[in-house]
Amino acid sequence: MAGTSWITSTPTGIHLPGPDVWVDPSQPAARSLITHGHADHARGGHGQVITTAETAAIMALRYGEAPDTQHAELRQEIPLGDGVSATFFPAGHVLGSAQILLQRAGERIVVTGDYKRRPDPTCLPFEPVPCDVLITEATFGLPVFTHPPILGEMARLLEARATHPNRCVLVGAYALGKAQRVIAELRRAGYNQPIYLHGALARMCALYEELGVSLGPLKLVEGHSREDLAGQIILSPPSALNDRWSRRLPDPITAMASGWMRVRQRAVQRNVELPLIISDHADWTELTNTIQELRPGEVWVTHGREEALVHWCRTRQIRARALDLAGYDDEDD
Amino acid sequence: MKAFSTLIDRLIYTRSRNEKRDLIAAYLRTAPDPDRGWALAAMTGALDFPAVKSAAIRKIIGERVDPVLFALSRDYVGDTAETVSLLWPTPDAAERVGSEPTLSETVTALAGMTRASVLRELPLLLDRLDANGRFALLKFATGAMRIGVSARMAKLAFAHAFDVSSDDVEEMWHALQPPYAELFAWAAGGEEKPDASALPVFRPFMLAVPLEEREIDLSQFAAEWKWDGIRVQLVHMGGETRLYSRGGDDITGAFPDVAADFSLPAVLDGELLVRGAHQGGEEGGAASFNALQQRLGRKQVSAAMLAEYPAFVRLYDILVDGAEDVRALPWTQRRARLEALMPRLPASRFDISALIEAADFSALATLRDNARDAAIEGLMLKLRDSPYVPGRRVGLWYKWKRDPLTADCVLMYAQRGSGKRSSFYSDYTFGCWTAPPEEGGEIVPVGKAYSGFTDEELKWLDSFVRKHTVQRFGPVREVEKTLVVEVAFDSIHDSKRHKSGLAMRFPRIARIRKDKPAAEADLVETLRRQIV
Ligand SMILES: [Zn+2]
Repeated sequence: MAGTSWITSTPTGIHLPGPDVWVDPSQPAARSLITHGHADHARGGHGQVITTAETAAIMALRYGEAPDTQHAELRQEIPLGDGVSATFFPAGHVLGSAQILLQRAGERIVVTGDYKRRPDPTCLPFEPVPCDVLITEATFGLPVFTHPPILGEMARLLEARATHPNRCVLVGAYALGKAQRVIAELRRAGYNQPIYLHGALARMCALYEELGVSLGPLKLVEGHSREDLAGQIILSPPSALNDRWSRRLPDPITAMASGWMRVRQRAVQRNVELPLIISDHADWTELTNTIQELRPGEVWVTHGREEALVHWCRTRQIRARALDLAGYDDEDD
Repeated sequence: MKAFSTLIDRLIYTRSRNEKRDLIAAYLRTAPDPDRGWALAAMTGALDFPAVKSAAIRKIIGERVDPVLFALSRDYVGDTAETVSLLWPTPDAAERVGSEPTLSETVTALAGMTRASVLRELPLLLDRLDANGRFALLKFATGAMRIGVSARMAKLAFAHAFDVSSDDVEEMWHALQPPYAELFAWAAGGEEKPDASALPVFRPFMLAVPLEEREIDLSQFAAEWKWDGIRVQLVHMGGETRLYSRGGDDITGAFPDVAADFSLPAVLDGELLVRGAHQGGEEGGAASFNALQQRLGRKQVSAAMLAEYPAFVRLYDILVDGAEDVRALPWTQRRARLEALMPRLPASRFDISALIEAADFSALATLRDNARDAAIEGLMLKLRDSPYVPGRRVGLWYKWKRDPLTADCVLMYAQRGSGKRSSFYSDYTFGCWTAPPEEGGEIVPVGKAYSGFTDEELKWLDSFVRKHTVQRFGPVREVEKTLVVEVAFDSIHDSKRHKSGLAMRFPRIARIRKDKPAAEADLVETLRRQIV
């Protein structure tokens, strides 16, 4: 096992030399398998793209209709050539996100892409896929990262809104996935008021709705007065939190929905007053539990804090190594 | 402990000072005794547990968490207390001994630990807390709260919480020990005010307000120089001598030479200065502030320091004379008392701030403008009838600073501000030419300023920065070197901090010189000539 000469990792991404197919390449490639729609995994300019229908729709929204897209049905093996096949399984990260099982001559390699194990009303849950080699993410690959239950975070958000009727709560949330999950969780917590959006979030929310994820009443901030916005919950991309755009809002309580909010200094640096620890990535417990559950012969760690996870595997007699992939960006997840 | 750790957590994320004060006040009103007293002590840095040090905490976590994983986590988080609070393995309910401790139970337990017992007892305490509780405990146990709350703010919050005078709180504060039972009994319980009159404690300073564009009548006001040292309060009571800084910090240890020479029962107010010709100060007179800085912030002072930078106090006022509190007396009477006291003080260590005679206000203005002594910051004007009252009161004492020096500098870098200014580029680094540009000079930084401009000017500067960015380094933007700003500053000194070798005191942006091309900004050499 794990001679695995049929798969290589280069700084550009994971490559299958036989059929000449890439997984989430950071450079334009002739044929690519895409795990999910985040810009650091799904780039524009590829030739043929094989991905789930939802991810294809997200990519089309971002980059325009791709010339050659093949929709991957979940759990259906797709032959790639040279004896290699790919099968997509839900990863629980964002709408359309998938893990990819690569098989050749009985050998099974799973690329998790980004994933999480917590329930998320906006996407299908992660399915554990037995494998010989697990290629895992490690965005939150340090034991200080344990994400609390999301209900508690929603309660803090709603409490902040209720106690400050003359201000608004401005939540920084990544445009794909996080924003829609926060909205869906607010609805689940019984919040039925309109939620206001920064213009940059509108198209993705509309696409989620189109793909069957209902988000309730949404409005654009644009065109509303300070008075209208007092007492409201507003979502914006993290980059807009401290930018000129936010000056139009009524004394916003700056919140941020991110796994990084677990570390106080990260929140303080970004001038966040209400840190919401909400992540679409596996925390340390999920990462290590998943490895223990799958018991792969070998673990390859792609991006994030690889060192700690590799160390953890080795102390448990699991072969592990870090892959040096460039171009993955974890800043606002 | 929960209420306290929630308070700490909120304070860390709250930016507005008023909101911080309200959070603390709400806690102080509702928390039980003596928890709230300990909380006040924790926030003002008044607690010390000699057995609970970082080394012990690292040893304890090392027995519970893989050291490699701890080291990687610590590197990422950047703070040992926070890392430990996050990594601490929460015991199963069955293994837990005891429920969550109260803050006073926690303080008592910490105080009872020895270097030997801490390794066994601290873990039992941490087991009974959640992550926020562990963080708060480790922070105050190691004496490094850093929650953006000054001792002053905590005291103001106390006064606010119980609607009592902050002057009273300030004065009693220094006479009491945590958990300040008498303070709470008085403010919250309606009992008698504690008496600090016979103790060698700090008494709040009387401060001056700036004299803006107005003339005053010299028959009612006395004038003296405003010396550029540090305000100091000398206390000798009950056989003990203390020196306090303006904020009430005990700085006796940094100035043992002064303390040793003060043994009259009294409380005096003066300016601490360093004698000598450093940085151009007159021989035997007061050196500039820069010389004094050599002595500041040191817990221990070497004999060489004492010899090279001998400190002395130029006295302004008297608060307590023997056993008599004279603060309610008019300034003229206090001044007479102080003059009467002078012969009993060693002249090498103490002198009196001389009064300035001037025929009228315009003569005084001339005197002020001609004062070029480096140790003079400007003038003080004191109402002859004024009592000595804490803080700033309009109409009693005025400070009239010398006109600032100015320089035309070129904007180089800008950084975002904090709080309400976090969406603006409001912190500016500016520079001057090493040589005229036509002779191949370059612009090097000479200082930083984040005040002086109006709201309108800030908006304009912010938009200039955004439109003229040439490079970004994290939160900092480098801008095109085209904008000239007139920078005002009180004085300028040698420094290794900037490449130019100069450092300004109180630099601020006085004007934006859109009219002036960058090539006509000042030379570093021109600024250097203003060092006095
Ligand atoms: Zn992602």
